[in-house]
Order: sequence, then structure tokens, then C-alpha cells
Amino acid sequence: MFRGQLRQLKFELEDGMAIVGLGRISVYEPRGNYQMILEYAEPRGVGALQIAFEQLKDKLAKEGLFEPGHKLPLPVLPQKIGVITSPSGAVIQDILHVLNRRFNNMAVDIFPVRVQGDRAIEEISHAVMLTNGCSDIDVLIIARGGGSLEDLAAFNSEPVARAIFASRIAIISAVGHETDFSIADFVSDVRAPTPSAAAEMVVPVKHELKTHCVELHHRSRRAMIRIIENQHNHLNQLQRAMVHPSQKIQDLQLRTDDLFQRLLRTMASYMDRQQVRLTHAHKVLLTNNPMVYFSKRIARVDLLRYRLQQSLNKIISEKKEGLKTLSAVLKAINPAVLLERGYSITRTLPRRRVLTDAYTIEKGQLLEIQLAKGSLDVMVTHKKKQAESQDKD
Amino acid sequence: MPKISFEKALGQLEKIVEDLESGELSLEKALKKFEEGMKMSQFCTQKLDESEKKISLLMEQADGTITKRPFDESVIKSDKGS
Repeated sequence: MFRGQLRQLKFELEDGMAIVGLGRISVYEPRGNYQMILEYAEPRGVGALQIAFEQLKDKLAKEGLFEPGHKLPLPVLPQKIGVITSPSGAVIQDILHVLNRRFNNMAVDIFPVRVQGDRAIEEISHAVMLTNGCSDIDVLIIARGGGSLEDLAAFNSEPVARAIFASRIAIISAVGHETDFSIADFVSDVRAPTPSAAAEMVVPVKHELKTHCVELHHRSRRAMIRIIENQHNHLNQLQRAMVHPSQKIQDLQLRTDDLFQRLLRTMASYMDRQQVRLTHAHKVLLTNNPMVYFSKRIARVDLLRYRLQQSLNKIISEKKEGLKTLSAVLKAINPAVLLERGYSITRTLPRRRVLTDAYTIEKGQLLEIQLAKGSLDVMVTHKKKQAESQDKD
Repeated sequence: MPKISFEKALGQLEKIVEDLESGELSLEKALKKFEEGMKMSQFCTQKLDESEKKISLLMEQADGTITKRPFDESVIKSDKGS
């Protein structure tokens, strides 16, 4: 086959394989060979098998063998695992290996069967029935490795399908390659893509489970301790709150005393403060007493009056003094005094003009001479210059 | 003690732990649940170690009886590291 068509083949060409093909015969001239060039090939018999497969699948599906409702749940922790498979080969090894890794003390009963060929169907169905009779097995794995549709034929048979369906023990089927889906896979309670996957599904990881259990154990203890602690605290609280009545009375008494003391103190300090305020106000009031104001004013007025008086007196006495002086002076220049000393006042007659200058009168003028005592009427006989005394008649 | 599955016991233990942690139980109930929880916890850990590892090959004889034979484990490498 040419490479392109080879790629399109749904199966691998193997030596010794029986195939049905479509092609032509040609001659390769350089070597003188006859060649068969196939354009299409399929494994012999696969057509029939495929059809049979589809038919059985439809039939059983219609009967409801594949219904999810019929599927049994897998036990979380199986007591014993039954394995129906070939006793030799990689499949059983893989399964046991994985089981051992996940749960090292798991019990396993292996039911050896042929997994292909004529007797396979009978052996597999029988094994399923047999295991159902074992009271301690609670889960089954039916497994076989990859192969052609022919190889897997037993797992696509009706007897095996019905045996699986009738099983009261949960069955995991791991048949063929990951991409193979057999009828056994459809009927089983769980389908595993590979035998190793089946082993993983069937058993939990022991140490994980153990750790989980231990953790739950610890959590319980911790939670319990916490609950007890809480109850304890609650009790303590209540106990503390429960006070003996006499104690209560005492407490109240103390409180009352305390409050009373505080009341006294507060009152005292309040009174003090008020007292201070009062004293202060009083002082202020006194200092600003209108009477004081008035008396001050009055004092001032008195003082001013006094000073006024004093000033007045002073002025008066000064004036008096002044007057006295002037009086004395006046007295001194009183013409009467002059007259006493011998001086006289000469006046003209009739006009009685006082004379000081002799030149102003003529001879024969009539004059009056006033003396200290009496006066003389005279006539001028002669006049002289300067301070010469006048001639009298 | 009635035969209870590991699964059930584990489930009960989980529930008990939840109840205890919720803190809403009375003291009496809590104590009772705690006791039960301890029993379940013990049972579970026991169960895990209980099963004795035995890998047997079963063969049906011609007369219908079944014989057990220890399966040859020499071919299996036990992986202690995992």
C-alpha cells in the first residue's frame, strides 16, 4: 500500500494477519516482480463482527442492560477484590502493582480465565457466577489487554454481558485499549480505560484514608475539649455572677458608702467654689460700691471746695494787703497831708482851676489858696519864673 | 457491634465531627457523640489494617470444588516507595 492509503487504515498491518482488500496486480519492471497494490484493506471477518457487535449492542440497550439505574455503586473500602483475567501477562501484574501501591494489605482472589478464543465466553461467564457465590468478595475487576475486535469477541458476547448484568457484586470492566469500548464495558457498573485505572478506581489510597481518619479523630478531640472548656467557662461565669446575698448587701453597702463620700466631696468642693465666687463677687461689689464712689466724689468735692475756699481766702487777703498798701500810699499822697505840711492848693477864681504854672495867670487875677485849715482869697500882684514861690498880696 | 461498613462508619464519623465542631450541642449530647465518634474512628483505622494481604489464585476442580493457591508474587515488584 502506498503511504497515503496506509495512513488511512484503521488498523495496523501485521504479518500473518488475514485481510480482505481491494487492489490491483502490477509488475515492477526493474526487478521483474509482481506486486499487489491495495487501495483498501480491512481485517478479514471484521465486517461481520462489527455488525454483530452493533446488533447485540442495540438489542441489549433496548432491554435496558446499559441503564444507569442498574449500575451498582463501588464499595469505598472493599473487603476483598476479585479479578477475572488471564493469570499471566502484563494485565494482572499491572493491577496487582497498583493495588499494592495504594493499599498494601488488600486481599485479592484471582479467577484465571481465557480472555480470547472459543472457551473464553464460557469461562468468563462462569467466573462471574462463581465470584457471586463468594460471600467476602465485594467488587470485581474483569480485565484484558488490547487486541483486535476478534480478540475481544468474548467481551462482546451475550452470555458474558448477561452474566455481568446479573452480578450482585459491582463490576469494573477494563477491556482492551483506552479507545476500545466493548459491550462488557457498557453493561458493567464502571468502565475503566485501562487495567491500572481499574485498580485505582477499586481501592482508595490507604495512607490518605488513614490520615483522614486520624485527622477526624483529632478534630473530634479538639472540638470536644473546646465544648468542655466553653461549658467550664460558662459555669465559672455563672458561679462568679452568683453572689451570696450577704455579700451582695456588703457590696451595695460599700457602693453606697463610696457614693456618699463622693457626694460629700463633690458638695464640699462645689461649696468651696461657690464660696470663692461669692467672696470674689463681694469684693468686686465692695470695691465698686456706689457709695464709695459717691464718698470719693464727695471727698473730692470737699477737697475742691476747701481748696476753692483757700484760694479765695488767699486772694482776698492778698487783695486786702494790696488795699492796705494802696491805702497807705493813698494816705501818703493825700493832699490834706500835704496841706498839713504847709503846702497849699491854689485855684483860679471863679473857675477854680488848679494852678501849677504861674505863667497862665495875669497880674490882678483873683485866686483861692486852700490851706490845711481854711482858705484865702487873694489877688496876684507879681509873678516870677520857675519854682519861685509866688508872691502873695 | 453490628457489622457496619467502613464507608458508613467513616460517614458517621464525618457527621459527628461536624456536629461537634458546630459547637451547638449540649454537653450531654456532645459527650455521647464524642464517644460514638471515638468508636467509629477506632473501627475505621482498624478496618484499614484489618485485611490480610493474600493474593490467591482460585481454581475450580473437575468436581466443582474450588481450591486456592497463593499467587506467585515473585513477578510483581512491590513498590514500597509510593
